[in-house]
Amino acid sequence: MEISYVVSRGTRLNKVLPFIFAALLLALVALPKVLAIPYQVKFVQAFILIILATMWNLLAGFGGLVSIGQQAFIGIGAYALVYLADIQGINPFVSLALAAVLCGAFALPLSFLVFRLSGGYFAIGTWVIAEIIKLFVVQVKTLGGGSGISLGAFSGMGRETRIAAIYWSALVAIFLTLLSTILLMRSKLGLALTAIRDDETAAGVLGVNVLRNRRSVFVMVSMGFGLAGGLIAMSNLRVQPDDIFSVNYSAIMIFMVVIGGLGTIEGPIFGAIIYYFLQDRLKDYGTWYLIILGLLGIVIVSLAPEGLWGWISRNKFSLFATKYRISQMSKEEGA
Amino acid sequence: MIWTNAIIQGVLTGGLYALLACGLSLIFGVMRIVNLSHGDFSILAAYGVVALAMHTNLILAIVLVLPVMAFLGYFLQRGILNRSLSKGALAPLLITFAFSIIIQNVLLQIFSSDNRSVQSGRFASMSFKITKNLQIGALPLLTFIVGVLLTLGLHYFLTYSRVGRALRASSDDPGAADLVGINNKHIYGIATAIGLFAAGIGGVLFGMRTQFAPSFGPIALIFAFESVIIGGLGSLWGTLIGGIVLGIGQSIGAQIQPSYGVLAGHLVFIAILIFRPQGLMPKQKGK
Repeated sequence: MEISYVVSRGTRLNKVLPFIFAALLLALVALPKVLAIPYQVKFVQAFILIILATMWNLLAGFGGLVSIGQQAFIGIGAYALVYLADIQGINPFVSLALAAVLCGAFALPLSFLVFRLSGGYFAIGTWVIAEIIKLFVVQVKTLGGGSGISLGAFSGMGRETRIAAIYWSALVAIFLTLLSTILLMRSKLGLALTAIRDDETAAGVLGVNVLRNRRSVFVMVSMGFGLAGGLIAMSNLRVQPDDIFSVNYSAIMIFMVVIGGLGTIEGPIFGAIIYYFLQDRLKDYGTWYLIILGLLGIVIVSLAPEGLWGWISRNKFSLFATKYRISQMSKEEGA
Repeated sequence: MIWTNAIIQGVLTGGLYALLACGLSLIFGVMRIVNLSHGDFSILAAYGVVALAMHTNLILAIVLVLPVMAFLGYFLQRGILNRSLSKGALAPLLITFAFSIIIQNVLLQIFSSDNRSVQSGRFASMSFKITKNLQIGALPLLTFIVGVLLTLGLHYFLTYSRVGRALRASSDDPGAADLVGINNKHIYGIATAIGLFAAGIGGVLFGMRTQFAPSFGPIALIFAFESVIIGGLGSLWGTLIGGIVLGIGQSIGAQIQPSYGVLAGHLVFIAILIFRPQGLMPKQKGK
């Protein structure tokens, strides 16, 4: 019996799933018609968390760039939205897209600076950058200085219309970030990133331009963080420098990604959903809630570093067909 | 005269930053771990002294707290961090970040977010008059002297002592160190013990100089990190110089406008990163 190998993307499951996803998307689009406002707000929060987790995972899990300073872009996105929509009078939804582009444009030159640091020092370096940006923003009177600024662009809109509009913006944002993440991971860049993640030196030897690929992903995720920041500003209707540039965002993102499964696309989504319910339950316990998150994080990193998704899937199947896998089959079966 | 004063105060503050930073530098040097909770351990030690000093005198409180920091370092390294070393570069980073979150919130739970300070009585306001307009505070001077002495002590410890040699051996090549009979796990524990001991000294002196709250750990970490990068990775004397340069930058910035102090320090860091990314005193290759 001759043995041959088949290289394929995904399993039979991945042939059915796109239809389920399409149905899910349609249901989510129609949601504001049937669901009360408080639930729509909850969905927006969950969407923001999923975007944040997905972006952080793309950066750390695939790009190998562990940053604890991505709140810089959340803050820039939020302030850019308020500035463009209120002070420049641009349509808030156009402003949201512009805010994301602005974050990308800012990330490119910044990468030349922070990429001089590596590993843990890169992590703190990005954090210092976030602190510096905050200190600058606090000095700007137009942006409200230390006490922050309110978003007035929606003031002419009824509450119901506003919340539904924000919900749909968040839905478009999460759809775009997830779709581009999946397409990215199926592209040449994604393959290069996977190689870098597994072995930086070996990837470099094989001709992968490590620095340029990392720069691309850094710029890309910064746009995603900018989108999330803009959405946070939209749903809170207020931006406050100490909150929006808070390192707690990094803590939350790391927690979601680690608990769900670093380096997979599915993991961070599940991590974000778990985190959403955890914080909903535990937020009344104040500081204890963060202590529990920290302890849980240590336990997971030490005992189950592959995270929840890794533990469920055991690398045998995936929801999004991004990886090539090789399977063995005998000739008779194969034909 | 104002500027001379600003520079002198900056140099003295630099000693404090060197104290906060040398443990960070040592832990990174030996295990390649960047301890994201380093500043929080400093603040933890300061709170420990505040709590003990209510019942006993300050000196005794400090003498009791510092060894506890060292033990804590040893056990956290052997109990938790050593296991994570084989899981890639990400795991230790995430774990130390979790330590940071836990320490901050435990302190918040016990001591609330009110500002505290380590009370050193009359000593805090003592100063020496150099000229008519120039005074040097006894406490900043003590901080600076302790910073220089600790750097000197660590230098001699690493160069000449048996454990110091073992530390350097583990740092250079853990496999070879293991072959010649060095227990790397124990050595790593000792490195973290020394690191947190130094972080504790820095934290206590920091707490004597300014008021602090549980949320001050990250800012202490950031100043320590900037000192390490400005000075150059892997060099203890570089870290001291880095701390001094950062201190001078901050005090000159604060002289221009009080709210610019921290920002000016950050800008010095950025300038070094752009124009001299290897730092002012990088470790010589092959040494």
